[in-house]
Amino acid sequence: MSRVHHPRVIEELRDRIAHLEGGASKKAVVLPFGVGEIDERLPGGGLAYGALHEVAGGGVGTVDGAAAALFTAGIAARSRGKILWCVTRPDLFFPAISQAGLHPDRVIFCEADKEEDVLASMEEGLSFGGLGAVVGELVRLPMTVSRRLQLAAEKTGTMALVVRRWRRQTEASDYGNPTASMTRWRISVLPSEPLPVAGVGRARWLAELMRVKAGECAEFEIGACDAKGRVCLLPVSADGSNASSWRGSRAS
Amino acid sequence: MPADQPLVVISRSGSKRWISAADTAAGKVGLRVGMPASKAQAIVANLNMIDADPVADAAALERLALWALRRYSPVVAVDCADGIVMDTEGADHLQGGEELLISGIVNGLRGKGLTARAAVADTWGAAHALARLTPAETIVVPVGGVTKAVIGLPIHCLRLPPDTIQGLRVLGVETVGELSAMPRAPLALRFGPEVGRRLDQLFGRIAEPIQPLRTPELVEVSRNFQEPIGAPETIAKYVRQLVGQLTAKLEERGLGVRRSDLVIHRVDNTRQSVRAGLQKPVRDPTRLSKLLCDRIETIDPGFGIEKIVLVAVMAEPLEEMQIASSLVEEEVVDVTPLIDILGNRGQRLYRMTPAASDVPERSVKRIRPTADETGADWAVKWPRPSRLLAHPEKIEVTALLPDQPPAVFTWRGKRRRVTRADGPERIFGEWWTRPKEMQAVRDYFVVEDEQGERYWVYRAGDGVDLETGSHHWFIHGVFG
Repeated sequence: MSRVHHPRVIEELRDRIAHLEGGASKKAVVLPFGVGEIDERLPGGGLAYGALHEVAGGGVGTVDGAAAALFTAGIAARSRGKILWCVTRPDLFFPAISQAGLHPDRVIFCEADKEEDVLASMEEGLSFGGLGAVVGELVRLPMTVSRRLQLAAEKTGTMALVVRRWRRQTEASDYGNPTASMTRWRISVLPSEPLPVAGVGRARWLAELMRVKAGECAEFEIGACDAKGRVCLLPVSADGSNASSWRGSRAS
Repeated sequence: MPADQPLVVISRSGSKRWISAADTAAGKVGLRVGMPASKAQAIVANLNMIDADPVADAAALERLALWALRRYSPVVAVDCADGIVMDTEGADHLQGGEELLISGIVNGLRGKGLTARAAVADTWGAAHALARLTPAETIVVPVGGVTKAVIGLPIHCLRLPPDTIQGLRVLGVETVGELSAMPRAPLALRFGPEVGRRLDQLFGRIAEPIQPLRTPELVEVSRNFQEPIGAPETIAKYVRQLVGQLTAKLEERGLGVRRSDLVIHRVDNTRQSVRAGLQKPVRDPTRLSKLLCDRIETIDPGFGIEKIVLVAVMAEPLEEMQIASSLVEEEVVDVTPLIDILGNRGQRLYRMTPAASDVPERSVKRIRPTADETGADWAVKWPRPSRLLAHPEKIEVTALLPDQPPAVFTWRGKRRRVTRADGPERIFGEWWTRPKEMQAVRDYFVVEDEQGERYWVYRAGDGVDLETGSHHWFIHGVFG
């Protein structure tokens, strides 16, 4: 009998907590990945708009953040509206970003000399409203700062994406420190999808969902963003039995 | 007229005629400013001479000052007969700093066919002297470095009347340093208070406010205060009031502001200014006051502010428009307010767009964030790295010539074995941009190491002919 009651009680509690958290979070809209296995791990069935999400690379990716930037670009590509991309190091090669589905007309770059300016620009962009997403490339993200960004995002419902990249690989232990972000991802590169002939196939990533508010951590082996910014599940298979499934999806 | 023929400008006073300006060709043949015209004609036969027109010169200089006012700084004035003085404080960050500001001004004037020399210093007097007497085209004197910079300059840079200069020379005074070391009282007795005043102005001991240039068509509103104000909230309140008055005035004329200046007069007779630029003409008081109030923290009220002036330095026609109601259509958000806010904070804003080039580093072009959306995208569908190194870095490679990808490569001290590779993708040099690239070839490969890290490497040269490149290997990008 108690089993039947539990879900309803919990639902009620959740509603009350959501009510306490404020009006903005009630109309929590999400951006689904379109991959069932990933979406079911995220509360609401996707990445929440009006929230802060952190993405970092793993291994060498902590310094160059190449895969993390592409993953972020894929998310931004699937959102609607303009994107503000705040950087201090302008080394993003846009043809690759455009191949992940993010059209150059949609992205406004904001280059600053100091990291504090990046944060200020991000906050301004988030509180402006009307943007699809605000992306910032940052080294440090202290708790207070992340809370400011989260609040600014909540107010307007704009998605805040932070690509964390460090100067040295050893500094990446900073990623364990708590922040106010809704989700925290680590994207590491995996050997690419094997081809029947010599060559490099579709890039594969290990996407670790390291932290998610009101959810559980998870790991996915995914295929890199396609021309529409979509990812897909692409685990290693010795016999290549499941390769056909994504081939079909990419062709469509 | 050919450029190598000397040209001089002749001034006259009564029957006396002398050279008041000479070009470089004239300088080469020995013609100097101040030389009698008859002597010059004796040196150069058929000398090209133009009669001086001081009125037209002054008008042209004022036009130039107005141009500088619109582009560079809120406080601009004409300095003597041959110069422009501007207060760069609060405006230099929009051009990327003082160095870039003045080199930009000199280059901008060169684009108009004028040669100019510029100096930035703490005081008007020092900048006036240094701009005219330093051999370099531009000079920036660091804060507090005025004394050191001007001590050796000759006294004719002091903006004193010619007979005073002559009198000082008779006394044996040649440089500013010598003059400033002399006792003041006898100097004042003989030459009047002007010498001491100019010296004090030069060293910044007394203030010398610049009376900014204004024309009747500039829309200006101001407010005087009975009691000096100083608190940021109070300043913000009055700025909002002034913005309201300004927009009302602009509305009468059907104009929108593109650049507005807030000039603040302090009680100690110094001025500070805040400039706000906009991408498109605007008449919305909320947007304008947000831009100006955003920078109030940069204002130092000192002992108090007695007057605030708000000027629309650059105004453009702004028509009222009817906006189509969007029942079905997707709402297009105008991001120019955000761009204005971030741009006025000194951030560099741009969009990327394809450029017609196969060479990776040239295939991306930065454009203004408000440029028209062309919908252009990169035509190339080959994989491209998401991070491009600023400069290709040399790597140690074991590879078969002529067209095999590397088997092993060492980058930044780490040796990597290549498990998979794709290539070559051959990119030819562009001889029309640099003649050196006539033969140049790069062969790009996508390589993947055992950990799955993917890199974009290339070999300079086609692997056969050394004419096409050195056959060294470079890494150019990191794939995601």
